[in-house]
Amino acid sequence: MMREMTGAEMVMQALIDQGVEHMFGYPGGAVLPIYDAMFHQNQVRHVLVRHEQGAVHMAEGYARSSGKVGVVLVTSGPGATNAVTGLTDALLDSIPVVCITGQVPTHLIGSDAFQECDTVGITRPCTKHNYLVRDINDLARVLHEAFYVAQNGRPGPVVVDIPKDVQFARGIYVGPENIQHKTYQPRLKGDPEKVKAAVELLAKAKRPVFYTGGGVINSGPEASRLLREFARLSGYPVTSTLMGLGAYPASDRQWLGMLGMHGTYEANMAMHDCDVMVCVGARFDDRITGRVDAFSPNSKKIHIDIDPSSINKNIKIDIPIIGDVKHVLEDMLTMWRAMKAEPDRRAIASWWGEIDRWRARKSLSYVKSPDLIKPQYAIERLYEAVKEKDVYITTEVGQHQMWAAQHFHFEEPNRWMTSGGLGTMGYGLPAAIGAQVAHPDSLVIDIAGEASIQMCLQELSTALQFNLPVKIFVLNNEYMGMVRQWQDLLHGGRYSHSYSESLPDFVKLAEAYGGVGIRCHRPGDLDGAIQEMLNVDRPVLFDCLVDKMENVLPMIPSGKPHNEMIMPDHPEALDDAISEEGKMLV
Amino acid sequence: MSSPAEPIERHTLSMLVDNEPGVLARIVGLFSGRGYNIDSLTVSEVSHDSKLSRITVVTTGAPPIIEQIKSQLDRLVPVHRVVDLTVVGKAVERELALIKVRGKGEIRQEALLIADSFRARTVDTTLESFVFEITGKPDKIDQFVSLLEPLGLVEVSRTGVAAIGRGPEGM
Ligand SMILES: Cc1ncc(C[n+]2csc(CCOP(=O)(O)OP(=O)(O)O)c2C)c(N)n1
Ligand SMILES: [Mg+2]
Repeated sequence: MMREMTGAEMVMQALIDQGVEHMFGYPGGAVLPIYDAMFHQNQVRHVLVRHEQGAVHMAEGYARSSGKVGVVLVTSGPGATNAVTGLTDALLDSIPVVCITGQVPTHLIGSDAFQECDTVGITRPCTKHNYLVRDINDLARVLHEAFYVAQNGRPGPVVVDIPKDVQFARGIYVGPENIQHKTYQPRLKGDPEKVKAAVELLAKAKRPVFYTGGGVINSGPEASRLLREFARLSGYPVTSTLMGLGAYPASDRQWLGMLGMHGTYEANMAMHDCDVMVCVGARFDDRITGRVDAFSPNSKKIHIDIDPSSINKNIKIDIPIIGDVKHVLEDMLTMWRAMKAEPDRRAIASWWGEIDRWRARKSLSYVKSPDLIKPQYAIERLYEAVKEKDVYITTEVGQHQMWAAQHFHFEEPNRWMTSGGLGTMGYGLPAAIGAQVAHPDSLVIDIAGEASIQMCLQELSTALQFNLPVKIFVLNNEYMGMVRQWQDLLHGGRYSHSYSESLPDFVKLAEAYGGVGIRCHRPGDLDGAIQEMLNVDRPVLFDCLVDKMENVLPMIPSGKPHNEMIMPDHPEALDDAISEEGKMLV
Repeated sequence: MSSPAEPIERHTLSMLVDNEPGVLARIVGLFSGRGYNIDSLTVSEVSHDSKLSRITVVTTGAPPIIEQIKSQLDRLVPVHRVVDLTVVGKAVERELALIKVRGKGEIRQEALLIADSFRARTVDTTLESFVFEITGKPDKIDQFVSLLEPLGLVEVSRTGVAAIGRGPEGM
């Protein structure tokens, strides 16, 4: 399709042609022409946010829950700088986002004009790629290319910065047909030799483990299906990072729970003691490895990743397979069948025996209380109340996030959205709103902390405006609990500025926005109160007052290997768990 | 993934990149953001029609870091190819330097003799100074500069390393 139109019209046309149904944005001087073009169409629905950070997190929640690209529109200067946190979040968690920013007119660029900032300069290190479009004749191509780059290879955020004069200029629009990047063509299929070597190694393994991550989710539902098939066929245990929860069903016997700093004992011990590790779409991040020189010392490591720079970055790999998880798993399965691979049943049975003994340590247990709501209990009850429903969970960042990961169980991919890489407080509410936009009839819950929720709480207003009945389930411990936990760990329990002072009355606050507030502080009332929340078809802020001093366990203290976890039956070990060297780490 | 025991190596990387605004900033930003070293950097257009530039970086690091640098560069969207000339085989590496020396009397004679033995050209002369132009491998230039140092070296301007693989194949 070739047609003459203005730059602003091209933006809307390109979005329509890319199949965009929703976008998240906030207007300002430098994007008014685009807002005007938007006014003349009704194919793309615009969700007006209350802060640009919220817009990007909404786009992330939308993308992660739907598999589509999240689209953001913000103005120049402060609009763009406010979006930076969200862009960085999307970069670290590999989420496809296209963010269109307005810019001052080309002839004013570099003059410190009103609301000018060097958007491409500022966002260069926090995007997968970015563009400043100075010529109307490049605009349509760049927009389509942005969608291509955001989704292909390892996904990520792309910024398209459009000066205002380019939005007004007229040019020829070209459609998205055949537009892909000239040279950016990531490899999808793994090297057959490597695939073969990996399958041979796996088939002979005596103590294997699948270590899976967000790459399985990003590769699409088919990748999760293939992972399940491979696990069933082999009988091998599966664990996952925070990012990968849901790719493998938590109810399955072969599921070990999450691994890493707050992962289960059985998952971390299996990682430490395995002889063959298959890393599927994860990146050996420091939350996972603990001390790198003591990480899984006796295993051969296979690493499947679409991004070659993830290979050998932190941990030395024996068999790297560069490719998309779905394609590589497919080829591995084909190879496994062709080879008529027979796992060593006896060895695998005795491996499971060992794993079951680790499981019996019940590393996620906690002491229940008759008169205080334990945060773990709150998550358990929430899970019980909603597990049969069509539910999407987002979180903020802190202890509540870890308890949610530990005690809420996921059966399907794309149901769990949390800020893993950047650890952005304020992520959960806007991400929930984005997920609700993508799934208007589903139940969407943000599991929050009382400190985090205050970082993007203004988006409650967005939820009200667009009838998005998200539920915010606040585990209110009156502390930045995760900070307090680390102050216990590292700083002799001196709680410097980690108490949530002067908290608002969350119930009244919810009502002030036009939503519903519910408060609960007795374990006996919890189920009823959760039910009350679920019965409301409007946004709810649930203030769940929980035990203030609970810590997240088990825990691998920073600088320690996997087999030196602090367990809930010996929490006192937290007090002096970290060496001087470990204190330097985060 | 570097352990202190690993030897530090020096590698010359050549890459073809889209000749578009910001591409150099992207590469330099990657090096500074991730704490890699740049010993030398040269950029120039390959041909106007192809809209490609060639960037040559000399960097140092332990072998796994060098590998990281290459794959980090390779995943930048406007980077087409990254070739490690140090691995591919002994590449031809050349640098050009302009060197100003100031002095009178015997010192001038001495400077000219040294320049001659390094096959440097004299490109500017006044009664009390010379500017020499020298081309060669970086260490040859280092050597030349250090010999001129006591003879009244004023300043040095070096281009950085340009490099190309040997044999008939292109990159
Ligand atoms: C934007 C941002 N600032 C600071 C931090 C550091 N941080 C991590 S967890 C945390 C406390 C979170 O408190 P709360 O939301 O109440 O959660 P809790 O740990 O109590 O469950 C802080 C300050 C962060 N992750 N993000
Ligand atoms: Mg808290």
